[in-house]
Amino acid sequence: MPPPLIELRHISKHFAGVKALDDVSLTIAPGEIHCLAGENGSGKSTIIKVISGVYQPDGGEIVIDGAPARPLTPISTIAHGVQVIFQDFSLFNTLTVAENLALSTELSERRRLVNWRRVRKVAEEALARLGVQLDLDADLDTLPTSGRQLVAIARALMSNPRLLIMDEPTTALTRKEVETLFGIVRDIQSRGISILFVSHKMREMLEISERITVLRNGRVVGEGPTGGWDEVSITRAMTGHDPSGETYRWTRPAAPPPPRLETRGFGVPGLFSDVNLTIHPGEIVGLSGLLGAGRTELAMALFGMYPAYHGSIRIDGQEVRLGSVQDAIAQGIAYVPEDRLGEGLFLTQTINRNLLASSYGALAHNGFIDFVQAHKRSSAMIKGMQIATATGDRPVIELSGGNQQRVVIGRWLMNDERILVLNGPTVGVDVGSKAGIHRKIRDLAASAGLAVLMISDDVPELVQNCSRIVLMHRGRFVEDLPTSEATEALVADRLKALT
Amino acid sequence: MSNAMDLRRFISREANLLQLLGLAVLIFLLMTALDPDKFLRAYNFESITFLAPELGLLSLAMMLSMLTGGIDLSVIGVANLSGILAGLMFHAVGGAHGPALSQLSLSWVALGVAIAVCTGLLAGALNGFLIAKVRITPILATIGTGQLFVGVCLVLSGGPAIVGFPDGWDAIGNAKLLGVALPLVLFVAIAGLLALALTRTPLGINLQLIGANPKAAVFAGIRKSRAILISYVASGALASIAGILLSARVNAAKADYGTSYLLEAVLISVLGGTNPAGGKATVLGVALALVSLMLLSSGFQLMRFSNFLVDFIWGAFLLIVIANNALRSRTR
Amino acid sequence: MSPLLRRSETVIFLVVLVAVVVIGVINPAAWNLGNIFSLLRANVITGIMALGVLTVLISGGIDISVPYFAMAAMYVTLLGMLNTGYSGVALPFIAATLIGLLLGVLNAFFVDRMRMIPMIVTLGTGTMVRGFLLGVIGTANINIDRMPPSLIHFASLYLVKRVQPDGTTIELSAMIVIYLALALLVHLLLRHTMIGRGVYAMGGDKEAARRAGFDVRRVTYFVYCLSGALAGFAGLLYVSMSWLANPRDLAGAEMDVLAAVVLGGASIFGGRGSVLGTMLGVFTLVLVNNSLIILHVSTTWQRVAVGVIVIAATATTAWRDRKRLA
Repeated sequence: MPPPLIELRHISKHFAGVKALDDVSLTIAPGEIHCLAGENGSGKSTIIKVISGVYQPDGGEIVIDGAPARPLTPISTIAHGVQVIFQDFSLFNTLTVAENLALSTELSERRRLVNWRRVRKVAEEALARLGVQLDLDADLDTLPTSGRQLVAIARALMSNPRLLIMDEPTTALTRKEVETLFGIVRDIQSRGISILFVSHKMREMLEISERITVLRNGRVVGEGPTGGWDEVSITRAMTGHDPSGETYRWTRPAAPPPPRLETRGFGVPGLFSDVNLTIHPGEIVGLSGLLGAGRTELAMALFGMYPAYHGSIRIDGQEVRLGSVQDAIAQGIAYVPEDRLGEGLFLTQTINRNLLASSYGALAHNGFIDFVQAHKRSSAMIKGMQIATATGDRPVIELSGGNQQRVVIGRWLMNDERILVLNGPTVGVDVGSKAGIHRKIRDLAASAGLAVLMISDDVPELVQNCSRIVLMHRGRFVEDLPTSEATEALVADRLKALT
Repeated sequence: MSNAMDLRRFISREANLLQLLGLAVLIFLLMTALDPDKFLRAYNFESITFLAPELGLLSLAMMLSMLTGGIDLSVIGVANLSGILAGLMFHAVGGAHGPALSQLSLSWVALGVAIAVCTGLLAGALNGFLIAKVRITPILATIGTGQLFVGVCLVLSGGPAIVGFPDGWDAIGNAKLLGVALPLVLFVAIAGLLALALTRTPLGINLQLIGANPKAAVFAGIRKSRAILISYVASGALASIAGILLSARVNAAKADYGTSYLLEAVLISVLGGTNPAGGKATVLGVALALVSLMLLSSGFQLMRFSNFLVDFIWGAFLLIVIANNALRSRTR
Repeated sequence: MSPLLRRSETVIFLVVLVAVVVIGVINPAAWNLGNIFSLLRANVITGIMALGVLTVLISGGIDISVPYFAMAAMYVTLLGMLNTGYSGVALPFIAATLIGLLLGVLNAFFVDRMRMIPMIVTLGTGTMVRGFLLGVIGTANINIDRMPPSLIHFASLYLVKRVQPDGTTIELSAMIVIYLALALLVHLLLRHTMIGRGVYAMGGDKEAARRAGFDVRRVTYFVYCLSGALAGFAGLLYVSMSWLANPRDLAGAEMDVLAAVVLGGASIFGGRGSVLGTMLGVFTLVLVNNSLIILHVSTTWQRVAVGVIVIAATATTAWRDRKRLA
């Protein structure tokens, strides 16, 4: 057995009293495709930065080729043969493909003048090594994400690395592009290069890797050959879900009122089509599928962001027209977006402001806001959503991920919403908060009669909370699984079958 | 314990305002020390109260455009255009000079005011349309419209100033109300209304939210385009009122009056705590910065220093204060 | 659409072509040699300043202090010449360029060290310099009888001289060559040196540029110093060509220059732009200003025309950049 290429032994890392990594040990063999799994905030990016020398560990050691290698700097790790491809690829969108490829070489050789012929040659060689064809003179931003990723990989391979670290490489790739990527990854592996694949997408992990290490809250909670994992066990390990948690089921009343939300032939050209979705008051319906299936677009369309939609939408039996976000809100539809920080919160503003952001219009008498009433409402919501803070006057950026998510959800509950669309409601939220948020959502459905559409990749979350799980693929609904009959394993299988 | 925390938080939040207040006091003391006889004369302060409001309104207009992360470089053009259009109307009705012009009744003056303000509203609407609907970045859009407005000024006036406004009009810029300069009264009233609108109406808070995170504002159901459009219309109106004050004070309107006001308005706005990237601005901050600048300018004038020196000191102040803020926020 | 057609330089070139043809149709006498010569001459000063602003814009910054630096460098150099009685060409221009460069250091320092928004920095420094110049050094004009003859002589150099049938003489100024030479220099710097590529890289993604190994600090100083240096040079050349030194001139020119650079296809967000595009943009601006004269349209319509063109051009660019804005 050859010695492992790189070994992390009992690595710890603190940041201002917070333990980002706690006694983490990780082994990567030569020519191995290893996956590092974990949710946002689990410590994945910290590990990458430790391996690549950006951070120095506070405890433990890094062993490369059997010999301790400390201290590491970004330059010495490249000398050891480690290359990292970050999520943003660190490329220059306004420069050409050729230039992006050759830039590091030119810079490292401390050249003053640019020899374009040399640049071209270097670029051609780099692409040839990868075995791909790309237009060298194209501006990088004219390429799709998959093309830019190829450039990033080609550039990384130029230094003959032994370990290639890829941070969330399949974000924003279509299924077909993921397959192409995996082909290249296997090709790279066949040349003896190890790949550390950092991800939270279980299906892809299972498909490509040979070993999986799962991180949660800075600790290794599981490690082993891929054959011994499946979707459910990985998710469990990543999220720490308690298998014995109560599940929520909605039972159809004897004389059911008209469905809260009913769509027929709902579609937006190019994004999704022919969606017939029915949600009753008190029901939580789950929606899942592969990336690019159209789930987020469906949610945004329900929120009025695609005025040129086809098909009909009925709310409580009445036909409605959702031509704008204001229309949707007026009809009682609320949308909690995926990207909490970028799309959900006003980070520089206070918790109160964030909670009240959609309500100021309603709180105004004769044009002026009734601040007493506003404060009452936001205080009540802080209590109601159990947001852990002494005062609503703090900037919302100071809250934890879970509490921030409660703020975003709480914002909508100010205004008698009838339909709640949640996109990834517990992504990047720590385990304790997750359970609390789930409880809150169920409570809203059961007692306030909200109709809930929950979009998620987290199979246990879906199975525990939803009475039905709808699967979407390439813009269409393809499966409708009642959770009374479906187990997590079944749902996972059906998802895997989507190709 | 929590009281101490609250006080500290209050201080750090209002640090900027306190800093500005301190600056104004400092300048006042400095000017007094340098030339107490001339500086502390009532006449001196009185002339400040007549001069400051037009720059103050332009600064508020600038602040408003920066609130949503933009900028309005066309405010001077709007101000001058407003004055010129009103002046042309007066000349058309009452002749180019003489008693027929100077004694035009108040109803004509009111019409002039209406024309001026409408000019500002329409100009602002054009800016708002280009920025919110056509999505041109504000600096480029307002450079273009600024040139357009100045150009229209030139075409309409032929180049030279339009001299001679009715006495009623000039009174707006030179009269007193209950012993206080009328322009100052107008400025305080308008600034007060603006402050109220920004802090107590949904639109005002929405503008701050849009400046803080435009994407999240859309997801929160805020009508972003509409709000931005309205804010530029309001900027235009403020600029046009500044134009009324300016032309009333000097009894003339010209295409290139007040060109130095543009830079000064930006400086005052930024010094007043406005974040050019959006999301943060206070009327009080801008007002305090205005006071500081005017005191400085007046003091220098009295000492027979060139007014240009004020620009120099002002530019230096700006760089120092923002550098200080940058260093402070870094060590936090 | 072929990549050539998609390039902004091609678009604006076609616009210019169309405009030239249209003017020729409206007034066939418009395109006489005299007009062409004066049109080309009018490009020089704005063009030189635009080259500097272009470089800063590509790097992701902005420089609105240019005309004030130009005037300051010009005035200081002229006063120096007058007080010492120096008569020459090379040294004054070197001096003016150096003064501009040093002023550019000020900009670079605040943008780099203090991490302040370039718009506000250059606004502050421009105002400071203008205030210092007018307030301390003086506001007096220096007219032709006091202007150093060496400078006037230099700026009057011509490439081609023609005597018209009506007895007047027209000349093609040799200053065009200076402009073209500087344009070529900036082009070579941007395109063929690593620091030039660093300008583009930084404008595209500052953090990535840092990670790739570019010295972001060096690039920042490079762009602002270059802009300042070109401004200083342009300032002295301007008064040499116009025979009158009024320190208040060129105020407001920063808007024209910026408009020209953006018209030429540079992106205000950084990472994009070319010398050719900027030259075309400057040409368009000058064309608009001059064609109205040629067409016997009142010059008061100039600004309106410029404004409309800027709005139209930026609206088109907004359409192009819309993905970024979304």
